[in-house]
Amino acid sequence: MKFYNFHLMPYADVDLDAIDKNGTAWISFSNSNFDPIKGAALYNRYLDEMAYSDQLGFDGVIVNEHHQTAYGLMPVPAVLAGALSRTVKNGKIGVLGRALPLVNNPLTIAEEYAILDNLTEGRLIAGFVRGIGAEYHSMGINPAHSKDRFNEAHDLIIRAWTEPGPFEFVGKHYHFKYVNPWPLPYQQPHPPIWVPSQGSSDTVEWAARMKYTYCQTLSPIKSVAKVFDGYRAAAEKSGYTASPDQLAWSMSMFIAETDAKARAMAKPHIEALVNQLLSIPLQMLLPPGYTSPESLKKIAASGVVGHHKTIDDLIEEGVVIIGSPETAREKLEEFSTLAGFGSILVKTQFGTMPTAMARDNIAAIAREILPKFQGRDG
Amino acid sequence: MNATSTQAGGEPIPTRFKLHDCEIVMRRKGAGKTLVFLHGASGGSAWLPFMETLSRSYDLIVPEHPGYGASDDPDWLERIEDLAYFYLDFLKALDLSEVHLMGLSLGGWIAAELAIRDTSRLASLTLVDAAGNFIEGAESVDIFLLTPEERFRATYYDQDLALSEMERLMTPENADTAIKNNFTTAKLVWQPRAYNPAMLKWLKRIELPTLVIWGANDRAFGPEYADSYQALIPGAEKVVIPACGHVPNVEKPTEFIAAVDDFIARVPT
Repeated sequence: MKFYNFHLMPYADVDLDAIDKNGTAWISFSNSNFDPIKGAALYNRYLDEMAYSDQLGFDGVIVNEHHQTAYGLMPVPAVLAGALSRTVKNGKIGVLGRALPLVNNPLTIAEEYAILDNLTEGRLIAGFVRGIGAEYHSMGINPAHSKDRFNEAHDLIIRAWTEPGPFEFVGKHYHFKYVNPWPLPYQQPHPPIWVPSQGSSDTVEWAARMKYTYCQTLSPIKSVAKVFDGYRAAAEKSGYTASPDQLAWSMSMFIAETDAKARAMAKPHIEALVNQLLSIPLQMLLPPGYTSPESLKKIAASGVVGHHKTIDDLIEEGVVIIGSPETAREKLEEFSTLAGFGSILVKTQFGTMPTAMARDNIAAIAREILPKFQGRDG
Repeated sequence: MNATSTQAGGEPIPTRFKLHDCEIVMRRKGAGKTLVFLHGASGGSAWLPFMETLSRSYDLIVPEHPGYGASDDPDWLERIEDLAYFYLDFLKALDLSEVHLMGLSLGGWIAAELAIRDTSRLASLTLVDAAGNFIEGAESVDIFLLTPEERFRATYYDQDLALSEMERLMTPENADTAIKNNFTTAKLVWQPRAYNPAMLKWLKRIELPTLVIWGANDRAFGPEYADSYQALIPGAEKVVIPACGHVPNVEKPTEFIAAVDDFIARVPT
């Protein structure tokens, strides 16, 4: 199993009451709540946490992309990945990220990723995502075109990396007389592509067909297992057997000496993540056209959006692993047997967690968890 | 004279009409001058009291737009201009002439786009709280960030009416249609948000008696928008209805119909 330190780079100094008062940390939450003195410190602190996890033996680090929100401060993740390329010496550097439909020129993404892959001499993991619905409000992109633009941008980037240029590209949303990016990626034919999603069956089946690594984010472990079963079935339908390497579970982990201590320490930070930073009204999260009408109805009826959660709910549902080293090892054993993933994207810092606590957590995970699971298949 | 079968409440039995591989639903009732009403973002599936009243004086035609309600959602539908061309061909296919074209909100935008292209089948144009325009600093709520209740409240000046309309319209039977209409609206108006800079510069081409009707308290497009449409369309008249939100045809039907009647009566034939 491979362990990646997955960072959201939240605005950890945020005033949680101000988010509650505004109703969400997205789109309408004024950036007058952002203090650049604090922001500068957070960026440097987070980059140091990433490098620290590399020194302690994590298999890689992963940055993220969201726009106009206190939830995460990485609207342009390649800038952070570029900084990491000089300090993360051993592990992979993943971007999850880049939201293809949000850009009007996907060639810039082909260029960014190619530069990063050169800088790291082939240690880049290239994420391709649609971005969450809120992004279509904040970036002014029509949600009705999201899937179309994703598919078209994907095809353009892959062709730009694999077909000798210059060539002409004519799509419905993107038109280029000359496609001929310099540089090309270091890895041949291109960096590994990862596709995160919340489990939309279209995306899961497509990723399986393309042999892209699929990541499931922020979901109870039982749904993760079901979605991964769907991926494996789709792979069989495409004529091959998926390896655990192709499946990544994205979660949060926190370890302290005892279960009680771990829970008490993690509680305010994980609940700030789930109940404040992630709080998004339905109409913000799912603008019309981002999903099918059927999915919209299903999600609206399920009542999951805007539902307040406690740390106990999150542990119970297996969204997170929080506890003593023994508990964490047991849970990970149980969950990996259940869901069969080969990679785990661990948010070692979440919500409002301060740096000393995050670094202790990184060290504890490296010491107590990695040795038992690293080097296994799944 | 247009013979019509009607149902309860005077509603004409809807008919289906196919054009450009798209079957739409349309309701037609009444006799006299031809009045075509283009509905707004919330759809045109219902025969409303103001339509019944208008049908006593006019040959009223209310098509349900492609992408809305029980009409098909054709692949070619991508922007408001597509609907302008569709309705130009619709007028031609029905061989309508001397048409008094009226559009509400999104329908007003369609009507304006249509009129800058070709007025040969039109006698007059009426824009009611029309979308399509942009004025820096004027009030313009983002309907896509509102909850359903907030949306109803933003639509009406009279908040009791807002709640009774919400109760009447937000039913399980209407849920699928409401989602379909909202999806189509978003596709058509998302970016730039509910306006077309390329249309604004050509509104001066409209050489047609034009009436701009506006609710004084419209929160979707404040009354500055009425001033702007009046200024951009040569010779346009304007009626602003006090204590009225975004849909004067529903909120102030008496004043609304009086303004329409007065205007159309003065249009030279």
